[in-house]
Amino acid sequence: MSRQSNRTTDSKKMNSELFTLTYGALVTQLCKDYENDEEVNKQLDKMGYNIGVRLIEDFLARSNIGRCQDFRETADVIAKVAFKMYLGITPSVTNWSPAGDEFSLILENNPLVDFVELPDNHSTLIYSNLLCGVLRGALEMVQMAVDVRFVQDTLRGDNVTEIRMKFIKRIEENLPAGDE
Amino acid sequence: METRFTRGKSAILERPLSRPKTEVSVSAFALLFSEVVQYCQSRVYSVTELQARLSEMGQRVGGSLLDVLVLREKNGKRETKVLNILLFIKVSVWRALFGKEADKLEQANDDDKTYYIIEKEPLVNTYISVPKENSSLNCAAFTGGIIEAILTHSGFPAKVTVHWHKGTTLMIKFDEAVIARDKSLDLR
Repeated sequence: MSRQSNRTTDSKKMNSELFTLTYGALVTQLCKDYENDEEVNKQLDKMGYNIGVRLIEDFLARSNIGRCQDFRETADVIAKVAFKMYLGITPSVTNWSPAGDEFSLILENNPLVDFVELPDNHSTLIYSNLLCGVLRGALEMVQMAVDVRFVQDTLRGDNVTEIRMKFIKRIEENLPAGDE
Repeated sequence: METRFTRGKSAILERPLSRPKTEVSVSAFALLFSEVVQYCQSRVYSVTELQARLSEMGQRVGGSLLDVLVLREKNGKRETKVLNILLFIKVSVWRALFGKEADKLEQANDDDKTYYIIEKEPLVNTYISVPKENSSLNCAAFTGGIIEAILTHSGFPAKVTVHWHKGTTLMIKFDEAVIARDKSLDLR
């Protein structure tokens, strides 16, 4: 079976504003529906997870990328291919742990937060927390359990926006009985 | 609509409002919008309520978008005539949101308050399959909300509803006063 090689990045593009504003409307709605920021963060992560689980299919189909050999390669693919393809940005990969099982993504120009400010009474809201869920969900579908969280966020006064990713374990494929 | 003021000197105020350089993929939007619809669905009991919720979220988007577009496309000048604001929506707003003009703009034959914007394949519906038991559901209610906010905040209070008719039709019903004002402007 031969694959077409020109399918790599031919996904359709659109102006990021509708995306940004729709996300903003969603966060606003969640802040109204839930009592505290903690709950909103959780809900955003959950929704992101649902997206990630579906997004990985789209990603694998479009990118022609096979299985990653190690976590370093995973990091590169996430930053240089996936973020570029979906959000039009390329975060930098830094702060590797000596064991090579933990790294950081530094986000500049996160399209989710264009022109966003957190009001004082939402200082613990992790506005872009959806992204953590997306990464976690997508990687879970390729048998990697990963812990993803924001450790710095410019919206909350930090200098950079940093997502920390920690490899937990490979998920063993559970073949249904009699399927071997 | 609630108003919130930016704290003291915020860096946001220094940022230019020119066109965004970034583009995102349509898939990213489709997946996000699908979650939005599912989330709304989990908190309502009927199709009507669901559409109302989507419209409400669209209104937030429209409210934020209006000033930016007026500044970019119209040099800060606002429309005062019904026909012009409708054209502004058909052309500028649609281009900014969906990268193209709306397919059609029509006025109802029998009613001078009612206009239609017709879109054969609206972007927000591209990836949504409507289940048979809720065949009246139209997620373009979200777009309807955007347009309603843009009209209302421009001084043309209106109700925008969404229907399946020649594709998707947004029905715009202006308040009586809007049309009366428009007519009196014509007389001068």
